[in-house]
Amino acid sequence: MTITNQYSEQKAETVTVAKTEPDQFDIGDWTQTVGDPLLDDPRLSARNVDVFYADNQAIENVSLDIGKNEVIAMIGPSGCGKSTFLRTLNRMNDSIDICKVRGEIILDGQNIYDKSMDVVELRAKVGMVFQKPNPFPKSIYDNVAYGPRIHGLVSRRAELDEVVETALRKAGLWDEAKDRLDKPATGLSGGQQQRLCIARTIAISPEVILMDEPCSALDPIATARIEELIAELSENYTIAIVTHSMQQAARVSQRTAYFHLGKLIEVGDTDKIFTSPDHKLTEDYITGRFG
Amino acid sequence: MDKSHFDRHTSAQYNAELEEARKNLMQMGGLVEQQVEDALKALMEMDTSLAQRVIDTDKTVNEMELEIDEECARILALRHPAASDLRFVIAVSKAVNDLERMGDEASKVAKHTLELADTGSGPQGYVELRHIGEKVRQMVSQSLDSFARLNTDSAFDVLQQDQAVDLEYGTAIRTLVTTMMEDPRTITRALNVMWSLRSLERIGDHARNVAESVIYLVKGKDVRHINLDQIEAQIKKK
Repeated sequence: MTITNQYSEQKAETVTVAKTEPDQFDIGDWTQTVGDPLLDDPRLSARNVDVFYADNQAIENVSLDIGKNEVIAMIGPSGCGKSTFLRTLNRMNDSIDICKVRGEIILDGQNIYDKSMDVVELRAKVGMVFQKPNPFPKSIYDNVAYGPRIHGLVSRRAELDEVVETALRKAGLWDEAKDRLDKPATGLSGGQQQRLCIARTIAISPEVILMDEPCSALDPIATARIEELIAELSENYTIAIVTHSMQQAARVSQRTAYFHLGKLIEVGDTDKIFTSPDHKLTEDYITGRFG
Repeated sequence: MDKSHFDRHTSAQYNAELEEARKNLMQMGGLVEQQVEDALKALMEMDTSLAQRVIDTDKTVNEMELEIDEECARILALRHPAASDLRFVIAVSKAVNDLERMGDEASKVAKHTLELADTGSGPQGYVELRHIGEKVRQMVSQSLDSFARLNTDSAFDVLQQDQAVDLEYGTAIRTLVTTMMEDPRTITRALNVMWSLRSLERIGDHARNVAESVIYLVKGKDVRHINLDQIEAQIKKK
């Protein structure tokens, strides 16, 4: 099995072609993103990104920087393009034939859409956690060890043991899983499975972690643990999270980006977005108003 | 932003809850405004029964404070308001607090009125008391009106008036001190007048707070503890 297969297992997750919903909102006089989409010293930079599904434009001219060790939340109504945008950040959209991406996404000085870019390497640097926990049908240990093994990050078993333990500890799963490492991962609860997927992602030391609705299938307690984990992980990683829960966005992120009908409407400090957003569309969305 | 802004949620129930809080705030405001007006009238006309009524009304005002605060807490807990809705709930909660304090101060004026009546002397001649009282009553009314209409210009006007009242208050106190020095027999009476002035001035401060809450609600800018020029600049900003 190769790493490509790992991701093709997740293909079923990724092929949800976003369809722009009919205009529930009037986009009004949108000309450019309000707020501060750009940063001085970003980890990841998107510039003038357009994404098309066949003839349907899902993302329109989005420019956004994601800072080092920051948690950025992407919010917006269904079909606004937030998940599509997240997936362009580690070329997850490559698996969709009709999907075309224009513009640049720069990671470590390189456009990730360059021909020379090794997608496997990219996805090791930019990991992803999905909506539904998707552990491999293997043991807990093997789930976490999978990445380090195929990337050749470790040579000895003892080293691998250490990597697995560290990742599980960071994901807050060690205490619950240490006595059953050889048991199937599918025997874990939903929240534990999701933390296992996070452990699997961080086992290969990514720079950026993308999370697409990581808590929507979890109960409030499991959600709170993942949120706590996000806060801890942000000390070492850059995290971009797509969420439908605005309270979650408010709780976990330092910056919030509001998407609407494929456009990036407003970006700013989460405090500001949730107390006094500048754009009316942002205001209407987060306060639950109809346009 | 206008009043209909709070009537456009997808959840009609949420609209109703916010409207209820707004309506109750206005009702409480009306009661306090009346209290201030009556306290002033009682003082000027030495009407002890009216003064007593002002004191009695305070109980109702206190009850309304509790009721509206409870409503705000409920909205915060159940609706998790954000942006302008959050600012609305915060502004209501603060305004309620200020209104309750205004009620307390109006009661104090009424109590001084009863004491003045006991000593058998009215505050006739104290032009400042009437003048400041009238200005403060106007401020209370205007601060509530600017809340109802979400009008920041009118709220800003209240802030300006407060500055004028503070100046007049300073002058009035100096005059009273002079009177007391000239004729110590007036001290008891002058103190009651002074305390009444102090209460009126405090009512003006609370009206100012309400006006600041209105600016926060509408503009999302906290304008406490900055000078009028800076506040005006904040209001003028988009």
